[in-house]
Amino acid sequence: MTNAFPFSAIVGQEEMKQAMILTAIDPGIGGVLVFGDRGTGKSTAVRGLAALLPPIMAVAGCPVNSARAEDVPDWANLKDSGLIEKPTPVIDLPLGATEDRVVGALDIERALTQGEKAFEPGLLARANRGYLYIDEVNLLEDHLVDLLLDVAQSGENVVEREGLSIRHAARFVLVGSGNPEEGELRPQLLDRFGLSVEVTSPTDIDVRIEVVKRRDAFDRDRASFGGAWRADDMALRGRIVAAREALAGIEASENVLRDCAELCVALGSDGLRGELTLLRAARALAAFDGATSVTRDHLRSVAASALRHRLRRDPLDEAGSTTRVARQVEEVLG
Amino acid sequence: MNGNDQRWTNANLALACFALDPAGLGGIWLRARSGPVRDRFMDGLYLAVQGRNPRRLHPNIGDDALFGGVDLAATLASGKLSRTEGILSQPSVLILPMAERTTPGLAARLAAALDRQDGLSLVALDEGAEPDETLAGALADRVAIHLDLSDLALGDAPPLAMDPGALAEARALLPRVTLPDTAIAEIAEVAHRLGVRSLRAPLHALAVARAAAALSGESEVDEPDLIVAVELVLAPRATQIPAPPAEEEEEDPAEPDTPEPPEPPDDSDESTQPEAIPQEILLEAARAMLPPDLLDRLEAGKAARAAAGSAGTGARKKGNRRGRPMPSRPGHPGGEARVDLVATLRAAAPWQPIRRQASGDADRLHIRVSDIRLRQFEERSDRAIIFVVDASGSAALSRLAEAKGAVELLLSEAYARRDYVALIAFRGDGAEVLLPPTRSLVQTKRRLGSLPGGGGTPLAAGLKGALEMCLLARSKGMTPSVALLTDGRANVALDGTPSRARAAEDAALMARALRARGVPGIVIDMGNRPAPGLNDLAREMGTPYLALPRADARMLSRAVEGALEPAG
Repeated sequence: MTNAFPFSAIVGQEEMKQAMILTAIDPGIGGVLVFGDRGTGKSTAVRGLAALLPPIMAVAGCPVNSARAEDVPDWANLKDSGLIEKPTPVIDLPLGATEDRVVGALDIERALTQGEKAFEPGLLARANRGYLYIDEVNLLEDHLVDLLLDVAQSGENVVEREGLSIRHAARFVLVGSGNPEEGELRPQLLDRFGLSVEVTSPTDIDVRIEVVKRRDAFDRDRASFGGAWRADDMALRGRIVAAREALAGIEASENVLRDCAELCVALGSDGLRGELTLLRAARALAAFDGATSVTRDHLRSVAASALRHRLRRDPLDEAGSTTRVARQVEEVLG
Repeated sequence: MNGNDQRWTNANLALACFALDPAGLGGIWLRARSGPVRDRFMDGLYLAVQGRNPRRLHPNIGDDALFGGVDLAATLASGKLSRTEGILSQPSVLILPMAERTTPGLAARLAAALDRQDGLSLVALDEGAEPDETLAGALADRVAIHLDLSDLALGDAPPLAMDPGALAEARALLPRVTLPDTAIAEIAEVAHRLGVRSLRAPLHALAVARAAAALSGESEVDEPDLIVAVELVLAPRATQIPAPPAEEEEEDPAEPDTPEPPEPPDDSDESTQPEAIPQEILLEAARAMLPPDLLDRLEAGKAARAAAGSAGTGARKKGNRRGRPMPSRPGHPGGEARVDLVATLRAAAPWQPIRRQASGDADRLHIRVSDIRLRQFEERSDRAIIFVVDASGSAALSRLAEAKGAVELLLSEAYARRDYVALIAFRGDGAEVLLPPTRSLVQTKRRLGSLPGGGGTPLAAGLKGALEMCLLARSKGMTPSVALLTDGRANVALDGTPSRARAAEDAALMARALRARGVPGIVIDMGNRPAPGLNDLAREMGTPYLALPRADARMLSRAVEGALEPAG
């Protein structure tokens, strides 16, 4: 994709942008789920993010974007192992994609015409070390969802079918988007996303006008619009790269850990994934802000994103998860 | 002015705009049944997109046709890999008939292709008969022009003529058309006041305004062009009737469930005071285009939104992707089916000696297209539980509340069970669909927020509504079942007359109709004392009868769950 809409030119939707930047700083946070109305810039943000990310070094021609020659899977049959610079992969998983396309399968054509047992890598291979984007993730077929869960957890794609036995690394950040009015997501999958954000159409008329203006300018002349925002995008990329380096040195005091735990207990979120994600996200935010340690302010800004999808669903409770999180944040963090 | 004439004039204008810049506009969503009027429109369309490579798709088109794939016949014949080119690989005008049947998978692919913006555009021909049979939301949002030509008389639709010379001139002018800054603000504001949430709509409107300006030979977008844009793009998407300026301060009563606050007159209004007048003109144009039955259609549209995303997921009982494996069948491998390699080899094996002799090539394995076997799986289709709730009389409110609770409890487990839940309430002289089949808890909460109650008991109308919904659900591949919640004294007949005897007769009739269609269900008697008539009704329906006085939401959901548990 050439000439995506510049990430920094997106008006508003601060929470979504923050969540995406945090996963870019620390992929270990584990993905972003964006739920909201149509035409609110969900896919625009993902595609803009691709242009924003620093390039990676990968072995030329490697189907799984390996960083080192010894990581290249032997089924790839690569002769030389020179490194090239390529953009961070952002792979689309279209709704209705078949299992074969996703995990890879026997290369039928080669099997039938040349009698060779060759593996044709799927989308998961291409997404390794990058992003996997699923639009309308809530409409995805159940068997694909199960498969993605398994791979996202293990970081490895195992193919055992049609006489093939192949495994390759598949570490990617899952970005899903969808419209909650069209269906829910299973809690098992919800929990697997590190952060979740809710986006709505801006209701402020000036904001709406600004969105339309920028998009219109972009559509009229992509090159010059992209050029005008390039400096902003590059500055953001610089901050992300700097934050990645600073990440290891960010301290989290005992008190902050206690805050995380108290917040999660008060909200009754399942498991410990909530605390871990909350801490990682807060740490990434601290690094992004150039701070040396995690503070309550950081926790406060990421609490909603990190926790709102982990609450036990009570169908008879009228208040939304966002308000419940906000209430507890108020109580616990003061 | 004749309203139909106006619609046809707009269709004509829409085609001309579309002809100028198909890719920029994204496309046209035409809602009309197949017939002479649509044929005339299509004739006009083909004239308009001459040389733009119009391609017809069909709703079940496979991935290899869309994106290109391996030409298996040629590959096997030559022993070398040969590929076919996909439809989406070159700029073209895609024509999608029976667009209301588009599967979510195809809709997603087409939407992604349109998003790439490399010269593709889509004309979706929606032949939906029911309000909730409609184009998938992902596509509807991405095409600029929404037209509704249903029920247009042929006499009001004279053949369309396109002047290629004028179109070519306008096309040359289009890139030079400029847009005053105020136009963007006006369009955005009008869209907002019409309750158009998506931000793609104002962008489409600007593109249409530019095309309209080019058509009239102007190099700057002017007020009439903006009016065209509002009529073609914004008015059909309206979700609320814009308040007349005098009442602007008041909360718009048209749509109480939209959480948008009334627009305060902000200071940008002061600075752009001279522009305030054209905006009123634009709104006036939009108001003229709003169909008189907007509110009804909004309800239908909401139902459609709920249904659109889910149309067809799990529709087939015999799938080729998942479920229990079944014997392989011969066929051509498309995008979705998987080749059963072993079965294919087995089919080819007996012919090897003959084929080796015939071809003179003794080393190669000879496989012909006719040998290919595809995998087939069987899956269980989604259930749709339709609650038919008696909202009459004094107990209505509590009964509805418990039914609502039961729906939400069932839905909270729906992700695991692939259930859809719907709710029909009957009272007064008819039945009303409060919740079309949905899996979304969010939507349920929004739609079941306030439930009306009281009045007579038109039991037959409720059952009739359930029957219609069952048939619709079946056509989407779901397995519907009905849960009737009542205290059992039908006193309003199907035609609305308050006669106890006729009412009971009609109810029995509808119950038999449900039974004849083989719809499973349960009748739950929520009256304080069991009503003997209901037991008979249950027998007519061929369903179990359960007396549950003062049942609460949890009891209800358990009872329904237990009664409708499919065998095996």
